[in-house]
Order: sequence, then structure tokens, then C-alpha cells
Amino acid sequence: MIKILKNFSRRILGALFRKKSNIKVGFYGPPNSGKTTLANIICKDWTGQEIGAVSHIPHETRNVQFKEKVEIEHKGKKLTFKIVDTPGIATKIDYEDFLKHGLSKNESKKRAKEATQGIIESIRWLDDMDAVVIVLDSTENPYSQVNITIIGNLVARKIPILVVANKIDAKKSNTKRLEDAFPEYEVVGISARDGTNLEEFYESLFKLAKKV
Amino acid sequence: MQKDINGLRIHVMPFSEIKEMGISERVKKILNLVLGNKIIILHGRLRAEEEARLIEDTMAMVDHVKNFKGIELAVIEPDLKGEGIFVKMKHGIAKRLIGDSSSLTVIGPAAVIKDIKKDPRKIELLLK
Repeated sequence: MIKILKNFSRRILGALFRKKSNIKVGFYGPPNSGKTTLANIICKDWTGQEIGAVSHIPHETRNVQFKEKVEIEHKGKKLTFKIVDTPGIATKIDYEDFLKHGLSKNESKKRAKEATQGIIESIRWLDDMDAVVIVLDSTENPYSQVNITIIGNLVARKIPILVVANKIDAKKSNTKRLEDAFPEYEVVGISARDGTNLEEFYESLFKLAKKV
Repeated sequence: MQKDINGLRIHVMPFSEIKEMGISERVKKILNLVLGNKIIILHGRLRAEEEARLIEDTMAMVDHVKNFKGIELAVIEPDLKGEGIFVKMKHGIAKRLIGDSSSLTVIGPAAVIKDIKKDPRKIELLLK
């Protein structure tokens, strides 16, 4: 009997330890919401290296990119994460949109092709996440179907969610609108560009990790 | 049922039209209509995983079908905020029994629909 109990507790503790030791956190959201900018700040702060390039041209991230063993310390507690930065999810890709940003026709077509593959990859990675940070642009209307579809899929998979209202430094930012749109979730307003409210973000990230 | 309104081809789809179909069949049917330049108004809504699959398959099509740029997708749900518990319960039971037929889903080719602007109470199609 004691042996059974010992094995049982070892299994449970082992599972808990495994789960908490390298929590896979995905950064999801629409294109240009600041997923990579936020992931870069975290990775730079705790590993000294960034995760990927950022650009004002949409769909800069066209492959899932990740950083293993990112150990974050917050208020005396340490947690290790695998940070997974994903391409922005959209329902349409028009290469002509990239022409407006000064890319050549060939570059634009190549970018569009890679972006479609990136979206497919993002969706397929959903199953692998322990928790997800949804990064939204707080200057944009939050009621887009892409946002609702992403959240619906996470809920169906029982994956814990944190909503980040990014770009609070912008004039048109409206964090309240995001809070109203997603009342079931914690919404933390930040500016990944200038680092505003990052302490609150880490607080929320650790709370999210507890739910894993 | 198909309607032509000001040159726009609208396919009104009762949920029964796709009720018995699996996820692949549903998505295929919807995409075939969209590729035929039709706007679909579905009485009901797809499950979250079906919406994700629709986006995945749409992206695969953008890669393979010339001049296809993707879709616009929006769901409008009945606003039950402020309704009593009895109305919410009735809605929940009906949803389980007959499917989510109180929602409306609009799906169309991105080249035809410029944007779907949505807030919780209304939906607006901005057409090209």
C-alpha cells in the first residue's frame, strides 16, 4: 500500500514538475499587433538574445520561432518558459498590400506565399501550447472574427489565456474596449515598444503559469 | 437558396444544409461557394475548430488559386446581455437541441467584401 502511494505521489509530483519546468507559452494574435516585439523584450531581458526581426510591414514573422529555457524571475519566484512566437493569423493575404510598403512585386508575392504558410503553421501549433498570450493592438477594433476564432480554439482545448492590450502608448489606444470584448479574461495593457507596464505583464504571466 | 442583389450573389444556407457533414465536407462546401464568388449567409455558426480549419484551407487555396486572396468571416450572435436567466436558459437549451441557429455567419471572398465591421449588436459589410 505504501509503495503504491509512493509511486502515485512520485508520478503526480513528476508530472507537476515537468509541466512547470518548461512551460510552452505561445504568443498569438493578428498581424502587426506586436507579438515579436513583446517576445523580443522578454527574451532579451532574460537570455540576452532576441527571438526575431520586427517590421512595420505586416507578416514579418512568417515562421513559428521559439526560444527554449527562458528563465524568468519575478518577485523572488523563478519559472522557466519556452517562448513561442507565431505568425499573425489572418483570413486574407493580398500581395498588393505589400507593394504599398515599398516591396517589389516579386518580394511581395514571395512574402504573401510565405505568410499563408505561416498562418497554417500558427494554427497547427495551437495544440502544442501549455498557455497562450493573445497580443492585440489596443488601437484596433477587438471584435474581429480572427480574435474570436483563436480564443474559441484555445477554450475548446482548455488552454489558459492571457490577453495583452498592446500599444497603450498610442493616442487611439482603448484598453477598456478590449476588457469589454473579453470580460472572461485578464487583460493587461502594455507598450511593448517602450516597455510600459512590463511588471504588470510579468505578474499576469506568472498567474497564467499557475493555471497550467 | 440563392439571391442576386445588385449583382452580388448571395447564398442563404440553412444550418440543415451542412448539419450532417463532417468538418472537411463543411469547409469544402463553403470554400467552393466562396471560390464561385458567392457570399454565404449561414443560419448558425461553425465550431471554433471548424473556423480554424476554414482559415487553414483558405490559406492553402490562396497559395494555389490565382486571384483568390482569402475570405472575410464574421459571426453575429444574439445579444443576451440584460436578458433574464429564463431567456438565457431557453437559448442554451435550444442551442443544444437544434444547433446554434440563432447566430448568423457571413462568409465571402475578400476580393468582393472589403471588410466586415462588427460590434456586438450589428454587422456591416463594406463592399468593393
